[in-house]
Amino acid sequence: MTKNADHTPADAGRRDAMKCMAWAGAGVLWTIGGGVASSVLATAADAATRKSGSLDFVQISDTHIGFDKAANPDTLGTMREAIGKIKAMPVKPSFIIHTGDLTHLSKADEFDTVAQVMKDLNVPVFYTPGEHDTLDEGNGKLFLEHFGKGTWGTGYRSFDVSGVHFIGLVNVVNLNPDGQGHLGPEQIAWLAKDVAHLSPSTPIVVYAHMPLFDAYVPWGWGTVDAQQALMPLRRFGSVTVLNGHIHQVITKIEGNISFHTTRSTAYPQAAAGTPGASPGPLKVPADQLRHVLGVRDITRLHGRGALALVDQTLA
Amino acid sequence: MLNLTPVRPVLAIALLAALSAAASLSPNPLGAAAEAATPGKATIKIANFDFGPATITVPAGTSVTWTNNDDDAHSVVADNKAFRSAPLDTGESYSFTFATPGTYAYHCGLHPQMHGKVVVTR
Repeated sequence: MTKNADHTPADAGRRDAMKCMAWAGAGVLWTIGGGVASSVLATAADAATRKSGSLDFVQISDTHIGFDKAANPDTLGTMREAIGKIKAMPVKPSFIIHTGDLTHLSKADEFDTVAQVMKDLNVPVFYTPGEHDTLDEGNGKLFLEHFGKGTWGTGYRSFDVSGVHFIGLVNVVNLNPDGQGHLGPEQIAWLAKDVAHLSPSTPIVVYAHMPLFDAYVPWGWGTVDAQQALMPLRRFGSVTVLNGHIHQVITKIEGNISFHTTRSTAYPQAAAGTPGASPGPLKVPADQLRHVLGVRDITRLHGRGALALVDQTLA
Repeated sequence: MLNLTPVRPVLAIALLAALSAAASLSPNPLGAAAEAATPGKATIKIANFDFGPATITVPAGTSVTWTNNDDDAHSVVADNKAFRSAPLDTGESYSFTFATPGTYAYHCGLHPQMHGKVVVTR
């Protein structure tokens, strides 16, 4: 389920703009432009509009290849189903963003499997690591050897597609006892420099594994230096942040920045702060599993300068 | 009913064991459960995203073993980087021998909201 996280009083106007949040079979469609978010039913007409969109890409996350416990003994199978879902989309995405936890234990064969399965889509894939991908002795060296081409430092990068500036951040390396994700001063300085020359009308998409907003800090669902990192992005009209890690869809609007976590293809996790629960794999009845796993399709609507997000479950 | 008699000695032994365990526990409640098991060894269970016990006190030279009982992976990383385990999948263990007295705070490298402490005495 999509859930609006808490809003500050200053966000009241934005909240009003979001009141028409709605669901359809395909999922909720968010359109974000000029700092104002709205949502409409995802209908066949929208699909037609999206066909003429100038940009279409997919976010996949938390595939956890190597995990085989009760919550999902076949994570490879469900990842393949997710790939099938993407292949069946009416518009072929021009690229894929994987927002981390590709693997469960950072093993070489797990990374190889992920690369092999993703190859089936035959489009470029941009990966950012999750904390499960940096467990090797080299603190993420194996991940970088597999997927780090063209990245800086721990694996961050930026690129431009159809007038949208994409920024992939890494907030999972050398996690501190402060209990959350962190980016570190080097990456934050890089980010400020990366966007310095851009016009404020450039749509920005930021992606990282752990939420770049406080989704639920007692469970570590946040990034301790995210506010500092996002400072240089406040002047832009539209900033869309895509995260994984929490295996569920949560959206938060904060001024010009909208944050969206997405589903896993492997297993669900409890809703933030569920009493008595922990942020680990959640076992649901087998016939329910595919209703809580999924991927996200993102389109820039033609001529509107807005991004539309559609969250799709496997079932 | 007739079978009750042979049971009594067993009960007595169990009672004695419980009493001696309680006696050995009382002088040093902090981490005593771990010490009581085997001299020179202590164990910490990782379950439900917690280290248990979260704080243990052991004499220098003790080998501490962490075992992961969760379905998710965890790891054990000293806040000062003095030790760092590989990822521990379900049922896997990691041991570290504390040679030097001091207080060692540690966390899970995957879930840094999980904290624990090993106090090493002389």
